[in-house]
This record gives sequence, C-alpha cells and structure tokens, in this order.
Amino acid sequence: MNQTGPFLFLVLLLVILGIAAAEFRHQTYNIPWLPGAETQIWQVEARIEFTATGGASQVFLTLPPAQRGFAVVGEAAASSGWGFAIENTLEQRQAHWTQRQVSGRQVLFYKLDIAVSDADTWMLAPPQAFAAIAWDEPYQTAVSHLLDTILPITADAHTLTTQLIHAINRTPPDQNVSLLTSRYGRTDLLRRVLQTANVPARSVQVLELQDGRRRQGLSAYLQTWDGSDWRLYDPLLGEVGEHSNLLLWQTDTPGVLEVLGGANSRVSFSIISQTRSALLLAQEQVGDLALSLYNLPIAEQGMFKLIMLLPVGVLVVVLLSVLIGIRTSGTFMPVLIALAFLQTELLPGLASFIIVVAIGLSIRSYLSALNLLLVARIGTLVVLVIAIISLFSIISYRLGLIQGLTITFFPMIILAWTIERLSITWEEEGPKEVFIQGGGSLFVAVLAFLLMDLNVVKHLVFNFPELHLVVLGVILLAGRYTGYRLLELKRFGAFHA
Amino acid sequence: MSGWIAPGPLKKRGILGMNRRNIAYINRYNDRQFYPLVDNKLTTKLIAKEAGLAVPELISVVRTQHEVATIEDTLQGLNKFVVKPAQGSGGKGILVITDQQQEHYQKASGELISIAEVKRHLTNTLSGLHSLGGRTDVAFLETLVRVDPFLEQYSHEGVPDIRLIIFQGVPVMGMLRVATKASDGKANLHQGAIGVGLDIATGKAIRAVQHNDFVTHHPDTGADLATISIPGWHQLLHLAAKCYEVTELGYLGCDIVIDRTRGPLILELNARPGLSIQIANNTGLLPRLQQVESTRLKKMAIVDRVAYAVEHFHHVYH
Repeated sequence: MNQTGPFLFLVLLLVILGIAAAEFRHQTYNIPWLPGAETQIWQVEARIEFTATGGASQVFLTLPPAQRGFAVVGEAAASSGWGFAIENTLEQRQAHWTQRQVSGRQVLFYKLDIAVSDADTWMLAPPQAFAAIAWDEPYQTAVSHLLDTILPITADAHTLTTQLIHAINRTPPDQNVSLLTSRYGRTDLLRRVLQTANVPARSVQVLELQDGRRRQGLSAYLQTWDGSDWRLYDPLLGEVGEHSNLLLWQTDTPGVLEVLGGANSRVSFSIISQTRSALLLAQEQVGDLALSLYNLPIAEQGMFKLIMLLPVGVLVVVLLSVLIGIRTSGTFMPVLIALAFLQTELLPGLASFIIVVAIGLSIRSYLSALNLLLVARIGTLVVLVIAIISLFSIISYRLGLIQGLTITFFPMIILAWTIERLSITWEEEGPKEVFIQGGGSLFVAVLAFLLMDLNVVKHLVFNFPELHLVVLGVILLAGRYTGYRLLELKRFGAFHA
Repeated sequence: MSGWIAPGPLKKRGILGMNRRNIAYINRYNDRQFYPLVDNKLTTKLIAKEAGLAVPELISVVRTQHEVATIEDTLQGLNKFVVKPAQGSGGKGILVITDQQQEHYQKASGELISIAEVKRHLTNTLSGLHSLGGRTDVAFLETLVRVDPFLEQYSHEGVPDIRLIIFQGVPVMGMLRVATKASDGKANLHQGAIGVGLDIATGKAIRAVQHNDFVTHHPDTGADLATISIPGWHQLLHLAAKCYEVTELGYLGCDIVIDRTRGPLILELNARPGLSIQIANNTGLLPRLQQVESTRLKKMAIVDRVAYAVEHFHHVYH
C-alpha cells in the first residue's frame, strides 16, 4: 500500500462513508446535527363520549392522514374494557374500539403526538369522479348568475375558488349569495358551486392547533384540486398558507366519528403544545433499530459517551505531534489525562495532576537510589500514587474543597508511568526536558480536553458514531504527511541565511 | 540567534524533516527485522567483527549473575577497559576504567572504585537498570579506545566520535561530535555537545554548532574547530560504507571512533539517526538522498560507492 492513489481513495471513501451514513441517519431518524435542538410537539387528545344502548358496540374514529408539516411521533388509546385496533382498510386510517356487552355513558380517549417537521409526506389521493350537482330552483338560477359574474374574471381552479370565497363573504352580500347561504352551509355551498363549475372540491374536517384548547371541535374547510395537488381554503378567509396550525383530520370518509350500538355520540379535542428535545424524540424513533448505541442500557451508554470521545483526543495527539511536533511523555497519555479532566473540570484537574506528579517525582528520586527493578519500581509508584491521592482527598475534604475529591478520576497506573517516565527523563536529559515533555503533555491534554468538552463534539461522537470514520480518515492522512513540523521551522532556523 | 524559517525556503534548502525521514526513508529502507542487529550493541559488534570490520576488541561478555561473581578472573591484568550494557541508550551505564591500583579501579573522571562497585554495576546492568524499557540485559567488556592525539585536543571529556549517514551503502553526510562540559561528557547534540559538519569528500570541517548556534572554538578546551581535518578519512568512509552490507539497513547512522593505533573503529550503529547533522553541515540531506535514489547502486562495489560519494557530495560553500 505504497501508492498514493489507492491510499487517498481509501481516505476519501472513509470520509464520504462517514458523512453519508451520518446524513442518512439524520434524514431517516431526524437525529439533530446540533445538541439542544428542540422540536415542537402537539399533543392532541380526542375524547369520544356516547351512551351505549346495551349489547355489542363499535366505535370508529377517523385518524388524520399523513400530511405536509407534521410527523406523527406517537399515538395511544386509553379505554379500559374495550378492544382497540388501528385499521388501514379505508383511504384514511381509523381507530376501532369494540366491546360485546356495554351500556351507559362511555368515554374513550385517543392520544396523538405530532411533531412539527419539514418532512413532506403529503399522501392525499387525487379526486375521484363526482356526480353532477343537482340544484333546485331558485337556487339553480342564483348559482348560474353567480358563476356568470365570477367565471369571466378567473383563470383556473385556484382563482375561481378564491373569488368565490370572496364573493360569498362580501358585505353587504349579493342577493344571489344571500339566497344560497340561507339554504346551504358555507363550506358545503362552496363545494357545490365549484363542482357545478367542474372543479373537484370537497369539504374537509380540520383541527385548529392552539395551545391549551379544551373540548374543541373540528372545523369544516374546503379543499380543491388544482390539477396536481389538493389546496386547502378557509371558507371565510381564502387559501390557507403552508405553515399553519391546521391539522387536516378527515377528508373523504363519510364522517369523523361513527358509533354502532350507541347514541348521543360526540368527539371533542384537547390540545397542548410542548417543546421536546429533538434528540430524545429521535432516540424514541430509532428505538427498534438494531445497530444503535441507544439500545444499550443507560449505564453502558454513559460509558460509551466517554469511549466515543477517545478518538477525538487521539486525533488531537496525532495532529499536534505530526503537524506541530510537540513532544509528550508517553504518546497517548495526554488523551487519558484529558478524559480525567472531563470528570474533574479543568482547573482542579490541572492543579491536582501537577501536585500529584510533583510529589511523585520527588519520591521517585529517592526510589532511584534504592536500585529497584523496573516492575517493582512502577509497582511502588502505583501504591504511592494511591497514597498521595487518598491523602489529597482527605485533606481537601477536611478543608472543604470538594473539587479535591475528583482527583480519584485520574488513572493511577497512567500517573505512575508518567512519574516514572518523567523521572528517567530528568536523570538522563535534565530538568529542562522534563518541563518540555511534561508541559507538552499538559498542553496537548488541555487542548484535547477543550475539544472533547465541547457540547457539539460530545453530541456528534455519540449520536453519529459513523463520523469516527472521518476521524479515522484524517488520522490516516496525517500518517502519510511528509511535510515539516511547525517546530522544525524553529529548529532549522539556522538555515535562514 | 536563529529565528524561524518558512517551510518554502527550508524545502528549497533540501532539509529533511522528521515526518519525511520516518515515512520516506526509515519506513521504506529499514526492514524492521534487522533492527535488533543495531539496537543491541553486542550483536552489532559480533556481526561487524564477523564481517571483518574494525571494532573495539571484545574482552568478555557477562550474561549471568554467576559470571559477575567470578569477574576478578577476567579482570586479572586488565588496566584499561570499558563496561557497556548491550541495550543501553544515550550513553547510560557505560563504565570507563582507565587504571587499576591495588584492588581499586580508576574511572575516567579520576574517581577510584572498588571491585565490589564494579560488580554492582554489572548486576545493575544485568537487571536492566540501564536498558531501554528496563528489560534484562547483558553486559560486555571491551578494550578502551585511545583517542587519536589529533582529536584528543578537541574533546573536553570522553571520546569524540564521527557520525556518518549511510544511505543504501553510500556515505551521504558526516559530522564530528565533541563532548563539552555542558553535555556532561556525552556526545549527544541535544544535550549540548558540539557538532562539526565534515565535508564528505575531504573530512574537513565545514562549521560547528552547539545548541543550533554557530561556534568557532571549543568552549572548554578553546581548540579551533574550523581547522579540523579528520585523518584517514577515506579509510573511515570505506569502513562506514561496509556497514550497509552487514546490517542491510538502507538508512543507517554509523558512529565511528579513531583509535591511536588501530585507526577507525565502529562504535555503534543507529537505525534512526537524527537530523541535526544537517545544521552542522549547513546543507539539507534530501537532495543527496534523492540523488542516491535516482542512481542504480545495487551492484556497485564499496570502493565505487565511496568514490560516488566523494564525487557527488563534496561540500559546496554558500
């Protein structure tokens, strides 16, 4: 694998694969790119009341179709003693409650959570052929007059509908209109007139979403087919814009509520608006996907939130070493220190790290006089580090410094090795090199910490683990970097002339 | 004195950087299986001797504690010798004995130590005190190199050695390393030793640097560094070029000392030679390495490789 071509291809493949997979998950499960993104949720509760007449009873509630601007994130029915099923047999979904022996006052609930989303899932079927509208006199004449005045000044279904709504709502009303409105409801009248003019139209039931509304009913709106799409009109105001709080509930089926074996039935709606973390929402949705960190138990998820940060720290170490040329004591020791900083907070962590290493170094200088074998020397250091940490914790607790207790998050073996390495460096290359390497390690650790501590980074590495392929690609690329390191520009400064 | 330099001019001067050295030269030309040959000084010495290369004479090898106990027998009649750990690094664990006076041994610094202390030093070496990563080690005794009188005047303490970079068997760059008081008798440049760049064609000094700064005279001995000319330079180049056949390492650092009577001796080999040699030579390694890469050298004899180096890599004064 020495050729540059295949190598760059591999790197490119990793990067593209990582980004594409992340984008796919973003699109499919709505996992937000940024932390703290919130989604508005409407919680709609349909309350069905009726008096059962005894014997078997069936209740059908038409459910809203998939539509532009909203995504269903959850639904549930609460009705003890009733059999419940969602049926898909008709054009629109229906909730179906059944019970064999029932009498008296009954209350059934259906709850729907819908998220405001950009997803375009409009799936309304095109209109079917409709029968010619029959008008009785004098309405026939009134409709003809009405159409005669309006048709010439319109161009298509949309303008006709708009003008018609305008004409009907004009004050003072036109004589023909007054006659017609006295006989027909507004929406129904509009539908009939439009169909007479051969425009496919229908009246639909719409729920107005308003926070805190209780016992609200559905409103009748008008839909006309403009040749490619159904457009929604408020019979009083004209066309409804795209971003509205109107939830289309029922389009074609005979009615919203159908009760068999009951009387005095009615359905009413309560609505609450909520904002919910877009991430939590996505996690609920991804729930059943096999390959997801969300499926792990919560404790393991917490662990993985840390583990997934490691590659970021590793990337920092690789880049700083290859591009800058910073010398550290132990190649990846700074990453582990940075990981400990995540638990201790930066300044307390930095302070306790320096204190422990300084005490450790002074004890270690005595150990080197003892001429111990390496394993025994490190072993001694591990025990000593634990002693130092315990003492440190007790003293800081006595002094009321709670931060002192977080020192236990430092990996003790790593601390022992750091002390050992720095001590050997001190003996072989002098204190200056110790400060260079120790300072370099801390610098890298702090930088890695600052990056790993960013909420965006934490969010991305855990929720889009596939982005690690991108990190991998960058690390591979850095592994083939043959340019100068930044510090070499200083080292070879003598060539200036 | 020396500030920063932009990567453009640095590249123009052909300076080899750490990343490029690792990827394009060490990784490409040094097969990892041959590393143990140079990482273990005893192995290096044995294979070099077998190949007929001049090395400081091996007196004895101490492998076990049992051999430490009977070391007196070996030391019988030896007044000058050096004890070295086979896997020591950075000059650690080297004990130089210059004289023996009634049960006592005199160190290079003049300090007298007893036979018990020599034994303890050997025990420590065996237990890995001086070796990289603390691995158990082997100690060996070799004859003390008596520095060539010409070079002796330059060194504050310790033996000045000559580092040559051998690329595919061709000596491409060389420098003399002289210990100073600041470097504590050690010949490591980053510890403060002086590096004197040597013209590969003549063995004459180009310029001297200490801590990346130019120096003209040795700070401790006051010797003029600019007039250095290494005696027996061509013999030395031949010796170094032969190391390629012995180790099969394409990018090799070869450390040579000059003995008063025996001439140049191989002291140590290095599979990851440093880059400071470029500063001492005021020249980048890259053009020379690339020139060697673009030449078919596979079947070239040692004499021809040295001639090639002399012809192509003589120093050009800027």
